[in-house]
Amino acid sequence: MNTLIAIGVLAVLVLIAEIINLRKMVIPMTVIGLLGILGYTVCNISVVEAYYNNMFVSTRFSNAFSSLFIALTIFIVALSNDFYKNEFTKIADYVSLKLFLLMGAICMVSFGNMAMFFLGLEILSITLYILCGADRKNIKSNESAMKYFLLGSFASGIVLFGIALIYGATGSFDIAQISNIAVSTSLPVWYALGATMIIIGMLFKVAAVPFHFWAPDVYQGAPTLTTTIMSTLVKVTAIATLYKISVNLLHQMPESYMNALIFITIITLTVGNIMAIRQDNMKRLLAYSGISHAGFMMMALTALGSASPNLFYYATAYSFAGMAAFTVLMAVCKNNEDELISSFDGLGKRNPLMAIVLSIALLSMGGIPVFAGFFGKFFLFSQAIQNGYITLVIFGVINSFISIYYYLKVIIRMFANYEETNREKLAVPALYSIIGTIAAAIIIVVGLFPSLLLNLFN
Amino acid sequence: MNITILLLTLLIGALATYFSGKKSAAKVALSFAVIAFIETFVLICQHNSGFNADYSVEWIANPNIHIALKADGLALALVLLNTLLTPLIILSAWGKHIEKTNIFYALVMFMCFAMTGTFLASDGFLYYVFWELALIPIYFIALLWGNDTFEARKKTVFKFFIYTFAGSLFMLVGFIYLYQKAGSFMLYDLYNLNLSSKEQYWIFLSFFIAYAIKIPIFPFHTWQASTYEKAPTIGTMLLSGIMLKMGLYSIIRWQLPIASDAARELMPTILVLCIIGVIYGSIVALKQVNIKRFFAYSSLAHVGLIAAGAYTLTTDGLRGAVLQMIAHGLVIVGLFFTAEILYKRYNTRLISEMGGIRQQAPKFASAFMILVFASIGLPGTFSFIGEFNLLYGLSQVNLWYALFGGTTIILGAFYMLRMYQKTMLGETNSKPFADIDKTEGIVLGVIVICVIFLGIYPKPLTELITPSLVEIVSYIK
Repeated sequence: MNTLIAIGVLAVLVLIAEIINLRKMVIPMTVIGLLGILGYTVCNISVVEAYYNNMFVSTRFSNAFSSLFIALTIFIVALSNDFYKNEFTKIADYVSLKLFLLMGAICMVSFGNMAMFFLGLEILSITLYILCGADRKNIKSNESAMKYFLLGSFASGIVLFGIALIYGATGSFDIAQISNIAVSTSLPVWYALGATMIIIGMLFKVAAVPFHFWAPDVYQGAPTLTTTIMSTLVKVTAIATLYKISVNLLHQMPESYMNALIFITIITLTVGNIMAIRQDNMKRLLAYSGISHAGFMMMALTALGSASPNLFYYATAYSFAGMAAFTVLMAVCKNNEDELISSFDGLGKRNPLMAIVLSIALLSMGGIPVFAGFFGKFFLFSQAIQNGYITLVIFGVINSFISIYYYLKVIIRMFANYEETNREKLAVPALYSIIGTIAAAIIIVVGLFPSLLLNLFN
Repeated sequence: MNITILLLTLLIGALATYFSGKKSAAKVALSFAVIAFIETFVLICQHNSGFNADYSVEWIANPNIHIALKADGLALALVLLNTLLTPLIILSAWGKHIEKTNIFYALVMFMCFAMTGTFLASDGFLYYVFWELALIPIYFIALLWGNDTFEARKKTVFKFFIYTFAGSLFMLVGFIYLYQKAGSFMLYDLYNLNLSSKEQYWIFLSFFIAYAIKIPIFPFHTWQASTYEKAPTIGTMLLSGIMLKMGLYSIIRWQLPIASDAARELMPTILVLCIIGVIYGSIVALKQVNIKRFFAYSSLAHVGLIAAGAYTLTTDGLRGAVLQMIAHGLVIVGLFFTAEILYKRYNTRLISEMGGIRQQAPKFASAFMILVFASIGLPGTFSFIGEFNLLYGLSQVNLWYALFGGTTIILGAFYMLRMYQKTMLGETNSKPFADIDKTEGIVLGVIVICVIFLGIYPKPLTELITPSLVEIVSYIK
């Protein structure tokens, strides 16, 4: 709770800084503030407490994910400095929106009450709609915001409808009570209906197939920094929330219900990957590969209740790899109209550091050992095998090497010696280099010492 | 000596090479490789005097994963091959202009590190990590420093990577399944597991795909010849000399003891595949015009026989396989080095454009001759001992296997001698051909001496590996 309040205060301070004309201070202040909050959250990770009649419940699960979200936000805020160079007068708005988004994300993993869950979801979504359309004069950005807003609010509506049905069935908004009632008594059919609607709403936010159609367009049109937020922070938040909701609502569901979820997982994995193969735009490629990563993370649903460390590990591995990849993308395509993969040609020569960072990020996403992504996949696969979902794992494996195919294509292009292009060196703002390097270092360190993260849950 | 020192030496060697700058990279890499060789030698001496260098420390508590290294005779023999060949491979490009030398040699050293790790690891997970790690450096070596145009080799290297990576993932699933059963990845826990015959069958197959691609066994060999051709010669040497031994070694260390019933059941099928590889490789080699592709296919024939020997499940077959792995490693590196020397002088890889070298370069011709004889398996060379054991092991299973497997010697003699005749004798090419210089002499000399010395006196090596093989066979039974 203190974490949430502190972030809220920080966001308001950012807005005040705007009023008293301290724009230059906004980013340093936010980063330092968030670092402090991160430290506080990590130190109090084992504190389990409920606030305001179980509205807000902090558990190890929520604390761990909140720390991850805060860490990701630090990266995003730090990237804002160079990204919004041309619109520096609005920097306070952008930064405070990101902080509000972070509050929404934290509410979504820490809720104890359906009302709080919905509030978190809306805080997150609305800030995101604004950020998507932030590039006002760009038609693509407008299109992206419009699409995301229409479809997203529709999904929110479905979630709300589901909450209402569950309230009708159980007479409670409290997630713990709902969970108890669901275990002890047999419930009317609209309980299952309500749970399904909430799950569908969340699957939309996760961009799981067949609710994924908005993702590539929205990702491509949105300003790249917003895409970064969507594909790292928001995706991870949505998955964590989906997991938490499933743990609480789905334990009395019949086998066939789980099979449907497994089926969605498999098609999410496969469709995302197959669509990624043919992309020539890097943002779309990362969007589709993000869809398949959502599928990997949904594997955690095969072990409701015991998968949280594994899910957390994968989420960390994926989001930092995404962060590194998008940082390089921003550095490389900052002056381009669009983000074609061909703009990465010869990056190994033009800027070796960025090329190495992107290689590490992509190899990690593809699941090559020592990088964190490999261990993430390994933990989820072993959990799924333990629970007897061997078919699912085989699909996971097949998709792993499909994904390696298109990640390698990008890597090859970077190290290609295309003599004819013969481009000059690529100058990258120092902050991008630092952030990319830190993200890549995190991928390696977390890969070498997975216990660092897994032990957060013991 | 602690076994981890060897691994650390190689890893630090890779880093030091990277940071040493372009001028001194080769020297730094070479000195670390030589240190690693000396350390291996010390380890073997200690092993022979009864010292147990096994090492185990927890890496991840849950799932239960250890950094566990096992230095028995079998592992040490292959580590010896690795650390002996690495300095020779580095020397083989001495003085040659290589772009970004420091990165290149750092990758070579890193690959040596990963391969040593694969041979030593006795925790399935750690083994898998090393196994995959070895793939990354060779991918970049072949991609960035290879022959031909970038577009052409991009395709080849891509195929190689996807192929081997896909195979390994099935092995990973196999390991995860074993972990669920045993609650640990440790070698002996997996050995002592009681698996039903159906489980063994699937585990065997999941491992088999990974190894069959790496070795390669027919029909998983399609990546091989073009990758050997397109990779720079150093990469080809690493691939053919050491990396494919990872697959052969893993059959003996992991696959057979864990899934022995399935191995016995599937033996006929797999032996037939291996022997098809032997005959197919020999016949295709006959038709090759490019000398690197020629050696690639002859290597396919030889490793087919080695794999067949390993799958006989007899002590003799296994011993023959291990001895022949080492012999083949030495000989094939030597042969690819001769191809490189020929290319350096003539700037061609076509056999038809070579000839008349013996008069101009007698030292080179004699060394080449010995390597050719060793490749054929002439008595007195190390390969003879290996092939003899292999064929003997095969004949214990069924005489026909030995007969068909033996065609490798007959066909091998035919195509190798024909190749020698075309390249070294005759009068086709009039370009001057300088005899080997000092560094080339060292590389060829060391290989030739090893091949002949071990051919006459293989006892130290046989004694080193036999106890571990007997132990493994006891688990197979």
